[in-house]
Amino acid sequence: MANNYLTTESKKLATWYFTFAAIIFGAQLVFGLVAAFQYVMPGFLFEIVDFSVARMIHINALVVWMVFAMMGSVYWLLPDETGIETVGIGLGKLLFWVFAAAIVIVVLVYLLVQVGPADQTTIWFINEGREYLEAPRWADIGIVVVVLGFVYNLYATGMKGNRSGIVTVLMADMLAFAGIYLAGMGYTDNISIDQYWWWWVIHLWVEATWEVFVGSIAAYGLITMIGAHRKVVEMWLWIEVAMLFGSGILGIGHHYFWIGTPEYWWEIGALFSALEPLPLVAMFIHVLYDWGKQQGAQEAQGKEVSVIANKPAFTWFVLQALGNFLGAGVWGFFHTFPQVNLYTHGTQFTSAHGHLAFFGAYATILIGMFYIAVQGKHGIKVMHATKKSIWATSMIFGGVLGMTAALTMSGYVQVLVERAQMGASWSGYFDSQASVWFAQGMDWRLIMGIVTFLGFVILVTDLLSIGKATHHER
Amino acid sequence: MAKKTVWSDNRFWQRSAAWITGFASILLIWLTFDTIPQIKMGNDADLQNGVTKRVPGPTVINYKITYEMNTKRGHEIPVIGGMNAEGTSAFQEKEKFFGRDDWSQDEAMELLALGKLASQSKNCMNCHTLLGNGAYYAPDLTKAWLDPAWGPEGSMQSMTGKSTKEEAMAEFLQHPSQYPTHARMMPNLGITAAEAKGLVAFLKHMTSIDTNGFPRNFAKIQGAVHGK
Repeated sequence: MANNYLTTESKKLATWYFTFAAIIFGAQLVFGLVAAFQYVMPGFLFEIVDFSVARMIHINALVVWMVFAMMGSVYWLLPDETGIETVGIGLGKLLFWVFAAAIVIVVLVYLLVQVGPADQTTIWFINEGREYLEAPRWADIGIVVVVLGFVYNLYATGMKGNRSGIVTVLMADMLAFAGIYLAGMGYTDNISIDQYWWWWVIHLWVEATWEVFVGSIAAYGLITMIGAHRKVVEMWLWIEVAMLFGSGILGIGHHYFWIGTPEYWWEIGALFSALEPLPLVAMFIHVLYDWGKQQGAQEAQGKEVSVIANKPAFTWFVLQALGNFLGAGVWGFFHTFPQVNLYTHGTQFTSAHGHLAFFGAYATILIGMFYIAVQGKHGIKVMHATKKSIWATSMIFGGVLGMTAALTMSGYVQVLVERAQMGASWSGYFDSQASVWFAQGMDWRLIMGIVTFLGFVILVTDLLSIGKATHHER
Repeated sequence: MAKKTVWSDNRFWQRSAAWITGFASILLIWLTFDTIPQIKMGNDADLQNGVTKRVPGPTVINYKITYEMNTKRGHEIPVIGGMNAEGTSAFQEKEKFFGRDDWSQDEAMELLALGKLASQSKNCMNCHTLLGNGAYYAPDLTKAWLDPAWGPEGSMQSMTGKSTKEEAMAEFLQHPSQYPTHARMMPNLGITAAEAKGLVAFLKHMTSIDTNGFPRNFAKIQGAVHGK
């Protein structure tokens, strides 16, 4: 790479992970658009790329690009935090190619083979047919090997170099992240037990270990981008870990209301998942507070310049704090009590929450990491926004908020008509889908999805060009 | 200088985080040990002896299943083989499934296992919801066995030219796009006759799972006023 200012192999490797993540992010949006279009025009690609296929790739690409970008983020911050080069760079590079090749094969099989006969060969080689964890068994084993190799590198580096609070949290968190995946790999004839363990992976990833992960990344960002005080930031991080795990682990109960599990999960799920938004509020306040504190301290010294060393990245970090609170916190809280969830479970309400939560909590901060990598690669001291970065940020964030609003409206119609009025039957389902208000919601979701996608295209061109802009401080 | 306080001590918060996480994890594991035995699949002897299981044995396909309001629990529960005086399953009334009501434990298990495997192999969950989980492009299948559309009053039996619910469902599953009900259709997934039979057994069995009253009022309301 020309003009590469990166001095550590770890950061160079991080840029590989970020690049591949951005490509898969694009695939996620393309297949999301296909699925959104099918809601409006059901005949589109019928029996060619059916909704089930498009949707499977949409959500799998989501998980995969985020995991890639998470690994990239760790490789990026390790040299800064530990003060040494990452141990096992060769292994990291090998695992990158293994993981990337496996993903390409899995997606091609999803697209070209799609479904198989009802036997174990399908489960092993085509798809497992379990939402989010569709990857066939061979790929499951591959993922575990790749993640364990990654965890080894993290541990070896953390133990050899300076083990900061952020690195300590990441070490504990990534081990749990890898271990929990094992819970979702088995096969059982009993669908209740199946879904019980399936939630261990989905919930304990996105509502526990991933949340702690972004807490660590946010802490790193506050220290590097606005010069926040490490001791204060790390103290906040430990409080967040306590709050996130304290509420999130037993918050899993809100998935055990209706899958055959005993009624006591109503109380456990309601109580702990109602607490889940608290750390998200705390994280939001924490980011804004530190920003204001640093800026104020600087202005007190008579310096009227911004403390932010990377404007586009910091913008995404602040949007993460807001989006996580809104998407995971508020939209999650909407339907987390069993009294409400009885009617909203499995409607577009869930979909609205899913879109804003995954985006707000994870996509935002990982896009922020992309910008941090661009800054580092080009050796920029203070990176300013460009017109493109402002457009990309506004269109993506606005687009996802728009999709969420549209899905919430449709979900509302579905809850009232299908669930409350019609008792959840087949005809009740289709009556709700045929409602004008539901259909309008789907139209708006598609329109806002297109806005999001165009924003993504601008984002990619910005990431490729912003480093060469001349208005940065070098 | 102010005295050092524990509240601004990172070690204190680190230890608190470790203790809280450990405590929550142990509680979850303990609850798992309580829950898993409760949702283990029952067997034919349970049904014969009138033992209610949250997830009944596979031979539940030999019985009539309904979904009734239980005043004691305050929500609907699956009622197997007719209702007894307490408003729960009597395990008496049988119902023919593909012409038989004497499927043995092994035969029924084989059918159910094939159906569960087919539900994953055909990726049902990326259009439908099962137990409310999955995608929202097609109806929830939790209590699909009891949906009026497939019953004697519904349109699906005459549309598929079959005289029983299970045969109509199996026929539809094999050739879904031949029987379009809405603009949004189910695609042909290459489901064989055997797989279709297994899937119908899987659906009937899923209806018998005690889902704590989800979905509410299933198919109790026939045609709402201004439903659309």
